[in-house]
Amino acid sequence: MANLASTFAGIRSPNPFWLASAPPTDKEYNVVRAFKAGWGGVVWKTLGSEGPPVVNVNGPRYGAIWGADRRLLGLNNIELITDRPLEINLREIKQVKRAWKDRAMVVSLMVPCDEESWKAILKHVEDTEADGVELNFGCPHGMAERGMGSAVGQVPEYIEMVTRWVKQHSRMPCIVKLTPNIADIRKPAEAALKGGADAVSLINTINSITSVNLDDFSPEPMIDGKGTHGGYCGPAVKPIALNMVAEIARNPETADLPISGIGGITTWRDAAEFMALGAGNVQVCTAAMTYGFGIIKELTAGLSLWMDEKGFTATDQVVRRAVPNVTDWQYLNLNYITKARIDQDLCISCGRCFAACEDTSHQAIAMSTDRVFTVKDDECVACNLCVNVCPVENCITMERVAPGALDERTGEVVPAEYGNWTTHPNNPMAKAAE
Amino acid sequence: MTNCPQTDGIVPARLDTDQLASNFGDLYPCFDDHEARVAADRCYFCYDAPCITACPTAIDIPLFIRQIQAGQPEAAARTIFDQNIMGAMCARVCPTETLCEGACVREIAEGQPVEIGRLQRYATDALMERNDHPFTRAAPTGKQVAVVGAGPAGLACAHRLALRGHEVVVFDARPKPGGLNEYGIAAYKAAGGIAQAEVDWLLGIGGIRIETGKSLGGEITLEELRKDYDAVFLGMGLAGVNALRAPGEDRDGVRNAVDFIAELRQTTDLSTLPIGRHVVVIGGGMTAVDAAVQSRLLGAEHVSMVYRRDRGAMGASDYELDHAQKEGVKIITNAMPLSVHGNGAVREVEFGYTRSGPTGLEPTGETFRLRADQLFKAIGQRLEGVPEALALEGGKIAVSAEGRTSLPGVWAGGDCAAGGEDLTVTATAQGRDAAEDIHTALTGENT
Repeated sequence: MANLASTFAGIRSPNPFWLASAPPTDKEYNVVRAFKAGWGGVVWKTLGSEGPPVVNVNGPRYGAIWGADRRLLGLNNIELITDRPLEINLREIKQVKRAWKDRAMVVSLMVPCDEESWKAILKHVEDTEADGVELNFGCPHGMAERGMGSAVGQVPEYIEMVTRWVKQHSRMPCIVKLTPNIADIRKPAEAALKGGADAVSLINTINSITSVNLDDFSPEPMIDGKGTHGGYCGPAVKPIALNMVAEIARNPETADLPISGIGGITTWRDAAEFMALGAGNVQVCTAAMTYGFGIIKELTAGLSLWMDEKGFTATDQVVRRAVPNVTDWQYLNLNYITKARIDQDLCISCGRCFAACEDTSHQAIAMSTDRVFTVKDDECVACNLCVNVCPVENCITMERVAPGALDERTGEVVPAEYGNWTTHPNNPMAKAAE
Repeated sequence: MTNCPQTDGIVPARLDTDQLASNFGDLYPCFDDHEARVAADRCYFCYDAPCITACPTAIDIPLFIRQIQAGQPEAAARTIFDQNIMGAMCARVCPTETLCEGACVREIAEGQPVEIGRLQRYATDALMERNDHPFTRAAPTGKQVAVVGAGPAGLACAHRLALRGHEVVVFDARPKPGGLNEYGIAAYKAAGGIAQAEVDWLLGIGGIRIETGKSLGGEITLEELRKDYDAVFLGMGLAGVNALRAPGEDRDGVRNAVDFIAELRQTTDLSTLPIGRHVVVIGGGMTAVDAAVQSRLLGAEHVSMVYRRDRGAMGASDYELDHAQKEGVKIITNAMPLSVHGNGAVREVEFGYTRSGPTGLEPTGETFRLRADQLFKAIGQRLEGVPEALALEGGKIAVSAEGRTSLPGVWAGGDCAAGGEDLTVTATAQGRDAAEDIHTALTGENT
């Protein structure tokens, strides 16, 4: 059976599934329940400086987007960092780590942007014997207004500066958690690396308003008639997170920087995808908040089964496996030509492919009077929209036109060789063929 | 409780009142909001959707389901009522398995169609509960139209005529409007007084007056109507019932199924309604099923439904027949009644088995008897009391595609007209379409 044991930034855990810094990791009670259930590690809910803790709103902290059967698709929160006293958190972290030595215990931190504040909190965390720290440069709401969280994460220079302080004043591995609310995710990752970070984790939540109450004209979640943007997470954000992980993984500057993948991971498959795109391990929050800690059994069993089927014996054989295949648009093979094919045995004649193609695409699907739908090869540009809107799995597929065969749309023979935009005759910047 | 299912004879109160109330409650309760949203989510919003084609009134089903998905059942109801003003009743009584749901691509793909009928009910109930009428009449045309029959065809015709600005008087022989919706459909399909509620709501358009207790050839005549009104629509249904033509048919305990169904629908306390211990229903259509199932629900111990041809030839749908069997009705096919035995009252019915031969149905020679203290005849209805001036076709009033009869100024639709399917929904479509043709004839306007 595949070995799921993971070492991430020098931190060991029995499996690559950690609980992200969030409400599920706010106290000993929850974390012990998670460890009992089988989670590999936790990133403890973000600690702030000594003194009176922050306060949270006393109305709704979460808003959600649901599917028709109330399947939770996206979650938004306006909760702040831990609102429990620092000393209680530190004491509990120490107790839990001592009792659960094989599990990863990472402590998330967010203190004001001055060296003394960081130095002070790091001393406390070292005393807990935790395995590492995660710098919360990601939370987009509340704390950002006070110059912390994503306010730091959006300025690469600050990231580098604070990371350097942390590495200076602590021997612990340092993971920098990045905000996605930024134009180019590679810049903060590079800054973290320059500052000496041992790893980055991403994504934190995305600025969001889940909905608007059309009676009160208030954003949701609503607090006494008003709303503020929160941080969006859950299955809906996974594609955004996957891209950001891949961008860092394939950036030569940061290719060796370990990445902890976060963002809508719900099943083993999501985890495998994040790992294939460069994540050394993954962190989960919304799925646990939706279904409870019991999902860890599916996550570990599923990943293990899939690895066995693929012949992978250790997680590092999965990590980065898809990274070489992530490229720029300009390098995509323009001579790879496909056409949609409709399996008439599977087709249920709903006509969605026809409506989509006829109304919004290339008029490449024909409809007969008896509702038989067929692809017009001389019009099909292989956009894949018909595949995406078809309600029947595998009913419409994209079949490659073999090199040497005629592409009926262009009237040209499909070239056998690879050819991309950089050398295409229509490209004014095309390099001369060598 | 004095009686039980095993009490001999035709007696009331075989079941206690709680059991009766439960038996005659809604067959399928209305979806709640969440159920509706989940059911609506299954709709694929097909292009040129087959369900619309399959609906005799051509309701834009994908649109109304999308409106439910979008949280506006009232808007969905408006979409339904635009095409079918009897949408609330049709949601309950339509044989959806052979119409919209039978054509649903998900029925074909997975044997599980989108539950269009129940979604339609969810939408129409939501709008009717608000008790406002969503249509506004056009400016008065000064024209008056007489409608004979306050059933689905007549009411649909009257509503569409009123909508177009005409004044309408609807005559009906019965004491209450509604036609078969009120008198001819199983109680559990029309629970909660929906038939009268629908009529009241429909009349909210204004411009329609209903005169009950007036039958054609009795209190009113076609000649007078033609003289007094600008147009006449005939939608009086089929008042006659076919006879068995078997000796003993006149014995006590032998009754028309339609009369039993009508009496049941008009009975407020079902524990007062007598029913036999051994009930035999002869026929294979919806009326036979409704009589047989309701006999069981009233507490009859043994109920058989006997049809002279095979199951495939039965007028009732598979869905209805399965429902009957689930309720404990025994279905016997390929058997025709030979004679009704008994001493004054029916005691037994004798049947002969049949098979199809080269010249049609022929007896096999084998016979059997069923014990019966009550026998319901449900072998079809026929047109009765139709004015001689009207041309007929197959025993019904001959009509054009627009519902025009052989007489100028007279239209017809519903069960009394030739070519229909004897369904609420087809009657509604015919009434509506005749109204549009009447409107064009009276005003020269095309709608």
